[in-house]
Amino acid sequence: MIRIPVERFTLANGLRVVFSRDASAPAVAVNLWYNVGSRNERTGRTGFAHLFEHMMFQGSAHVPEMAHFALIEKAGGSLNGSTWLDRTNYYETLPAHYLELGLWLESDRLGWLLPAMTQEKLDNQRDVVKNERRWRVDNQPYGDWDERIQELMYPPDHPYHHSVIGSMADLDAASLEDVENFFRTYYAPNNAVLTLCGDFDPADARAQIERYFGEIPPGPPIPPIPGRSELPAHLGGEQRLTLEQDITLTRVYLAYRVPPFGDDGFYAALVASAVLATGRASLLYRTLLREQGLAQDVVAYAFPIVVGASMLVLWATARPHCTIDQLESALLRQVAALTEVSDADVERAIRMLEARQLIDLQTVDERADQLSMYTTLFDDPERVNTELSRVRAVTTAAVREFARAYLVPENRGVLRYVPRGGAA
Amino acid sequence: MSALLPALPAPVAPRPPEVQRFRLDNGLGVHLVSRRTLPIVDIALVIRAGAELDGAARAGRARFTGALLVEGTERRDGRAFAEAVDRLGAVLDVQTAWDHTTIALHVLAPRLAAALALVHEALTRPAFAASEFERKRRERLAALLQDRSEPRALATFHFARGVYGRDHPYGQPIGGTTPSVRALPADETRRCHALRYRPDNAFLVVVGDIDEPGLRTLLDDSLAGWQAPPSLPPPGQAPAPSAPAPLVLVDRPGAAQTELRIGQAAAPRSTPDYFPLLVLNAVLGGNFTSRINMRLREERGYTYGAGSSFAFRRGGGPFVVGTSVHGAATGAAVADVWAELERVRAEPVGEPELERARRSLTLGLAREFETTGAVADRVAEQVLYGLGESWFEQYVARIEAVDARAVQSAAGRWLDPAGRVSVAVGDRAVIEPGLAALGPISIASEPEL
Repeated sequence: MIRIPVERFTLANGLRVVFSRDASAPAVAVNLWYNVGSRNERTGRTGFAHLFEHMMFQGSAHVPEMAHFALIEKAGGSLNGSTWLDRTNYYETLPAHYLELGLWLESDRLGWLLPAMTQEKLDNQRDVVKNERRWRVDNQPYGDWDERIQELMYPPDHPYHHSVIGSMADLDAASLEDVENFFRTYYAPNNAVLTLCGDFDPADARAQIERYFGEIPPGPPIPPIPGRSELPAHLGGEQRLTLEQDITLTRVYLAYRVPPFGDDGFYAALVASAVLATGRASLLYRTLLREQGLAQDVVAYAFPIVVGASMLVLWATARPHCTIDQLESALLRQVAALTEVSDADVERAIRMLEARQLIDLQTVDERADQLSMYTTLFDDPERVNTELSRVRAVTTAAVREFARAYLVPENRGVLRYVPRGGAA
Repeated sequence: MSALLPALPAPVAPRPPEVQRFRLDNGLGVHLVSRRTLPIVDIALVIRAGAELDGAARAGRARFTGALLVEGTERRDGRAFAEAVDRLGAVLDVQTAWDHTTIALHVLAPRLAAALALVHEALTRPAFAASEFERKRRERLAALLQDRSEPRALATFHFARGVYGRDHPYGQPIGGTTPSVRALPADETRRCHALRYRPDNAFLVVVGDIDEPGLRTLLDDSLAGWQAPPSLPPPGQAPAPSAPAPLVLVDRPGAAQTELRIGQAAAPRSTPDYFPLLVLNAVLGGNFTSRINMRLREERGYTYGAGSSFAFRRGGGPFVVGTSVHGAATGAAVADVWAELERVRAEPVGEPELERARRSLTLGLAREFETTGAVADRVAEQVLYGLGESWFEQYVARIEAVDARAVQSAAGRWLDPAGRVSVAVGDRAVIEPGLAALGPISIASEPEL
């Protein structure tokens, strides 16, 4: 339906570059994915990949402190970065004629970061990140759900066992030496993908990329992901946890181990998630909200993660009169119903996934981010155009088979939040 | 070595979309931006039926009315309607804000006719089934209960209450309060619909892969048949906000952080100070490098982030600084924000900082027109507030005309500390001493929201 143009090349230092030109766009997106995330952290340094991301905005050899933000904002651009399990990304979207500014800033921190690092900057950003943890996790109702689910669903020696944000103690332990080692190990052109998307001249852009990134030397081979990545297809027994929090409404999370993102089996999980909870006609909405009045909201999400196994996670928040056991049983009944899912429900789900993807791909920054993702994870930017065909290939029989194989008690984690002291 | 900062070309002013405008016989104004690059269309049907008209006693009515449009019609029930939308691969949402309720549709161009028929059905023949209304009422009451444990929701609620009081519409959440939602008669939604949902009190924005003749044909088969009932009452005047409570503490024992909201009732959308206030906000808290974020985050490490905004509405909406800080730093953080608000009133902003603020607005404008949905939102805003057809063309020049004096004088008019309200949601045992040093505190004692 929509074809995103894709052109790619690799610099001599190993930097993979993806171009997607769209002269009708009002801007150009510069997007870098580094193939490093919380999965690469060593014991005692949880949260470090993310803390390091913050340090990347503190200036580099030729970019004074805070100049990175100020220059992009003055150019009318927007920028940010984020860290997740498998990767760290950095991006700016600029008026098309300011592309060179973005390339210069990104190349300076990839090539010449360390001279600008100081203990004072590290201490300040450590405080910022600890406040980010308080804001996202510790001061939010249900805010630690992903941390808890990861602990339930992955064994202690698996790289997904710990959360991206990490622990306060590990953040306290991080040193300038850690910053230096992490940079030398993972921030190398041969461990990165650079994508440009939007209105730019490919020949000019290529010359600028050669000029700014070409002289950055490649790093040593990237060390293997720590711990044990391989996992059995099944969890091997139900894992349960009930937590008391200062909340007024109870909530239940169900998690299932599923094939990793990119595997054929993953797409059945993705379609199942949309059958369950995408839109007001979804299975969980129409039963738990509309018919039974038990739940306040429902969500389902298949994690696009690649090491060993992924997760399908769904959750519902109970109405005040609904007990936690009633809510859990109602969720489990609908999950079980997926073994008999109808053609209409599967078709609806696929339509919704298509519609969502078309909306997302309207912006140059989202297109660029997806191109970087498919290149980093699968070395295949064309997947931005072929991914929907994998979704469309999922049949009703495949969803039913997926449900029979994976959505079973011995393969699930159950996380329950109840009000402290039992009072709502 | 990496080269030094490359010489950058001069900025290029963004090119705003061209809008074609016409009116249907039934009075419905139509605003079309034809954009043929992708086979998609976004539609915003904007009805001047916003939450401001609810008044404090009926708070929530406008949002319930809008939400029920897509929960069942005379032809099909809520589930069947949702399935019909999903089968088209369309996204259909109803949003209620202070000054309008918008039915927003996103759909592939070949399915536009079928989707418009659904919009027309929801708009003109909603069922307003009692069972659906009661379900929505129970959901809202549960959400309000949930908000009692949600620090951001608590802070937002108490800030609006502190600034506008319990009798002003802006002192209530758009979705209504526990008492107003409990008391709302079911037939109020049907009455609100009969009164306000009419073609001469609405307009249509269409953006995407369709031209004017094609659109006219589609509308002939759908919205052209929408007829106006006899008369429309003019919107009333909202009561004056009550005297603000300057420093409010909401106790959450054991809270890991303090959620802060600091601000006041400010300018309406029609203010001549609109552009100076945009620049002022960019200086204070609209961007990452704005003063308040630099002070609280990069200098002090108190927070993950801090920002500010002016909420422009028909009436004077609030200016608000929002952040979440480590509990022990609460008093110091409030004092820092107050100091920044005083500084921008006392001293002219220097030219480099001013230039960065202006450019972030003028050069950032192009991306406001990137997606069909974003264009529809911008055009809707222009029509709703009567900004004039050359609004987008004038935007850049009017931002560039804002100088340090204009910013300082707007700050003087709209950030008077006498009207300021500061709300802190956190652990009283930890934060009270620091706050008490700043002035007398009132402890919020709302049993329910």
